[in-house]
Amino acid sequence: MTERLNVVGTCVPRHDALAKVTGSARYLADLPCADAWVGGALWSEVPRARLRGIALGEGFDWSRVTVVTASDLPGPNEVHMVKDDYPILADREVSYVGQALALVAAPDETTLKEALACLGPNLEELPPVLTVEASLAGEAIIWGEDNVQAKYVVEHGDVEAAFSRSDLVIEETYRTHHQEHLYLETNGMLARPGADGGVTVDGSLQCPYYVARALAHALALPLDKVVLRQTETGGAFGGKEDYPSVIAVQAALLAMKAGRPVRMILERSEDIDVTTKRHPSIIRHRTGVTRDGVILAADIDILFDGGAFSTMSPVVLSRGVLHAWSAYRLPNARIVGRALATNTAPNGAFRGFGAPQTIFAMERQMDLVARRLGMSPLEVRRKNLLKAGDTLPCGQVLRSAHAELVLDRALALSGYGRKHGGHESDDRVLRGTGLSVFLHGGGFTGAGEEKIAGSAAVEAMDDGTVDVLVSSTEMGQGAATVLPQIAAEVLALPCDRVRHPNPDTSRVPDSGPTVASRTTMMVGRILLDAAADMRKKLTEFAAARSGADSNSIEWRDGRLSSDGKDLGAFEDLAKLYKKQYGKPLRGEAQYDPPLDCQWSEEEYRGDAYKDYAWACDVVEVEIDADTLELRIPRTTSVVEIGRAIHPVLAEGQVAGGTLQALGWGAMEDVKMEKGRYRNNSVSTYIIPTAVDAPDFRIEIAEAPSPYGPWGAKGLGELPMDGGAPALAAAVEDALGVFATELPLTSDRLHALLQRDDRGGDRR
Amino acid sequence: MKRDVNFILNGRPVTLSVEPRTTLLRALREYGVTSVKRGCEEGECGTCTLVIDDLAQKSCMVLALEVEGKSVLTVEGLVAPNGDLHPLQQAFVEEGAIQCGFCTPGMIMTAYAFLRKNPDPTEAEVREALAGNLCRCTGYIPIFRAVMKAAKTMRELGSHPGAAR
Repeated sequence: MTERLNVVGTCVPRHDALAKVTGSARYLADLPCADAWVGGALWSEVPRARLRGIALGEGFDWSRVTVVTASDLPGPNEVHMVKDDYPILADREVSYVGQALALVAAPDETTLKEALACLGPNLEELPPVLTVEASLAGEAIIWGEDNVQAKYVVEHGDVEAAFSRSDLVIEETYRTHHQEHLYLETNGMLARPGADGGVTVDGSLQCPYYVARALAHALALPLDKVVLRQTETGGAFGGKEDYPSVIAVQAALLAMKAGRPVRMILERSEDIDVTTKRHPSIIRHRTGVTRDGVILAADIDILFDGGAFSTMSPVVLSRGVLHAWSAYRLPNARIVGRALATNTAPNGAFRGFGAPQTIFAMERQMDLVARRLGMSPLEVRRKNLLKAGDTLPCGQVLRSAHAELVLDRALALSGYGRKHGGHESDDRVLRGTGLSVFLHGGGFTGAGEEKIAGSAAVEAMDDGTVDVLVSSTEMGQGAATVLPQIAAEVLALPCDRVRHPNPDTSRVPDSGPTVASRTTMMVGRILLDAAADMRKKLTEFAAARSGADSNSIEWRDGRLSSDGKDLGAFEDLAKLYKKQYGKPLRGEAQYDPPLDCQWSEEEYRGDAYKDYAWACDVVEVEIDADTLELRIPRTTSVVEIGRAIHPVLAEGQVAGGTLQALGWGAMEDVKMEKGRYRNNSVSTYIIPTAVDAPDFRIEIAEAPSPYGPWGAKGLGELPMDGGAPALAAAVEDALGVFATELPLTSDRLHALLQRDDRGGDRR
Repeated sequence: MKRDVNFILNGRPVTLSVEPRTTLLRALREYGVTSVKRGCEEGECGTCTLVIDDLAQKSCMVLALEVEGKSVLTVEGLVAPNGDLHPLQQAFVEEGAIQCGFCTPGMIMTAYAFLRKNPDPTEAEVREALAGNLCRCTGYIPIFRAVMKAAKTMRELGSHPGAAR
C-alpha cells in the first residue's frame, strides 16, 4: 500500500451531513407508519420480588389494547445475548427496578397509559442485594450459584517473589460509578408482522445481527423470517449494543399478537431507568516498586457491578481485565476480575467497555506510587512505559508500542512540564494539570474476530454508484463516510460515488456488530478486500472484452485503461458486466485471520488484541477557591491510531470521547436509592454543555498497523479511557488531595479537603 | 376538543387542528415536520428548538395554540428555494459539527436566532448562546467553529439569508 492515496486521509464531506443538516434524516420516530400502535411496558417499581401474577384491572376495556405477559411467549423467555439469562418479561421473579413485567400496545399514547395504569402486578417483596459488597458476601444468591456472572484470572511471572523483592508495597482501592449514555435519541423500535409469519423491525441500534438473532430466538423463527433495518441512529456509545435486542423483542411480540405494526419508543425517564449503564467498579491495587520507581509486582482485584442480568458483562469485564495495566510494564502480575450480580438494572456496553474503569485505577495508582516515592507522576510513568518487545501480563509480546511517542508529543504541546506543580494559583482560582497515558485494543478481545468471521460486500448499482454492504452502522461516528472512503480508494472512484446505506439484514452480510472500535480497523479491512475482489473481477472482464493484458489495466478517476488506451468508465463497464452475467458486479470478502495472532480462551492467554492504539491526555483544571467549582479550560490529547482515514472525523471522535470521559470524571453522577435511579431526567442527570467543553488540542500520530486498512487501528473508544484519571491528577495538582473515587464534584472535593485538614489523608 | 391554529410555517401559512394540550413539538411532528426532535420533552435537551418570531424556543415547552398568528421557522425552512444550504447549515457540514445529527436541527436554529441578534459574536458568546442545546457526540468545539464561520460568511454576504418567514 505505498501508492499515492486519493481519498483515504482526506476530509470528504460526511455522507450523512446533508440529510442531517436539513432535517430530512429519518430517525425511528420519523418513519411514517400511520397504522402503527404505540407499545409500552409496565416496569417493576421494586428491586426484588416474587411475581404472583398480573391482574387486568376492572374498569378498563381490555379489548381496546393488546397485552403480552410472560405466559404469552412463543419461544424461550430469553433475550439472546452473551448468555441467555435476560428474561424478556419477568416471570415469577422480579430482579430490578425497571424490569418489564408486561407489555401493552394501544392505538394511541393516552390509551396506552390508561391501560398500563390498570395493570395490577401481585408482588411479594424480597430483600434485595443492592451493592457489589453485599453480592460478594453472598447475603442472598440472586444469580447462578454464587452471584458471580463472570470471572477472569491473569497470572504472569512470580508475583509473591517480586513483592518480597520490592522496596515498597503500595495499596489502594479505587471506585468508579455508573455512567448514563444519554444519547439524545432514546431507544426505540418499530415492528411489523409479515404475511409469512415473520417480522420486520426498524430500529435505532448498533448491531443489526445481534437484534435479528435475538428476535429469531425469542419468536422461535428461522433467521430468514426476521428482517432488521437500522434507522438513522441518534447516538449510541454502546447503549444501543445490548438494549435494542430487548426492546426489539418486546415490540415484535406486541406486533405479532396485535397483528399490526407496533412502535415502542422509550421516554427519557424510562430510558434512564431501564437501559444499561457503565458498570460501577471497585478496583484494589497492590503494587510492589523499587525505591527508584520501577514496578516489580502488581496484584489487581477488579469487581464490576453487573446488575441483575449479565448482558455484555462477561466481555466488558474481560476487556477491563486486559486493559488493567494501562500503558505500563507489569513484569509480575496477578489480576482477578469478577462481575457480580445485584438487584439493579443490568449494566452493559458503554464506550470503552470496561477499560475506562481499570485504566482509571491504574493511572491513579501510578500517581500514588509517585506521591509515595516523592517522584513526579511523569518520572514514574517514564520508568514503566510499555515498549515494543515487552510482554503484557496476558502473554502478548508487543510488536510495537507508542506510549513514549504520544507522551512526548503531549508534553511538548501542552507545556505539562512547566505547568505541573508550577501553576500560579491565586486567591480566587486554584490551577492544576494532570496526565494519563493509555492504550486501547482495537477489535474484539482474543479470538472474537475469528469467531465472528465477518463478511463484507460491495455492489455496483444501476445509477453508477457502488453500495457498501456491511452490517456496520452509522451512529454518528462516521462509518457511512469512512467505509465508502476505503472502497472508493480501491476502486479509484470519487468518494461520493460510493454509498453506505443503513444496514438491512435482508441485504447485507454479517460483518459483525458495530462495537469494540472495530469498524474501521476490522470491517474496513474486510471491505478493502471486497473492493479488491470487485476490482479484480472488472479488470478481468475489461481485459477479456478488449483483448488487453489484465496486468496492464489501470484504474484512475473512475475509468479503466490499458497502456494509455481508454477502456471505458467504471459504471459503463459495470453495466456491461451485469448484462453479460445477468447479475450486478459484486465484490465479496470474508475476514482473513492474521496468522501471527494467537489467543487461548481456555488459558485466557495470548494476543488479547490484534493491535493497540495509544494516547496521552493532559487535562488542565481551574477550581474556584470558594465554591470548589471545577472548570476545565483546556485538554491536550495525542492519539496514535495507525492511520486516520478521515482526519476531521477522527478528531471528532477524540473531542467527543474526551468530553464524555471528562463528564464521567467531573459531573455525571447517577444517584441510586434502593435500587432506583433518582435522577432519571436530563434536568437532573447533568452532562457537559457548551459552556463546559474545554478547548481540545488534538494531535493525531500515525504508525501504521499491519492489520487495519492502510494501517488504521481502532479509535472510537480510546478517547474515553484517559480523561477521568488525568482530571483526577489535575485536581491533585491543584488542591493536593488524592481522589480515589469519581465523580469529582464540588461536594467530593470538599470532603477530600476536609479529610486532608483532619490529617486523614496518609497517602 | 380540537381547535384550529393558524400560523406561518417556514414562510407558508398553515392551519393545524390540535387538542389544546398539544405541544407545538407534537403538532409539528404530526404534521410531518420531523426536524424538531423529542429528546426529553422537558425543555432541557434542546433537540426540539425552533424559531418563533426571531426567538429560539423549545417547541416541547410551547403549546401549539400559542403560535396563532406567529411565524415559525424550522431547519427545513433555512434551505433556499433553489436547494442552497443556509450558511449555518453549510458550515455545520464543513466543520465536522455533525455526528449523530439528533441535536443538529435544534442547534442550528438556536445559532440562527442568536446570529440575528449578534452577527459578530465572540466564541464565549456562542458558547453561552448554545448552552441550552445538548450534544453528546462532538465535544461542541466543532459546533462553535461552524457558528463562527457562518457568522463570518453572513457578514461578508451582508445579509442574513434563509429568512423564508
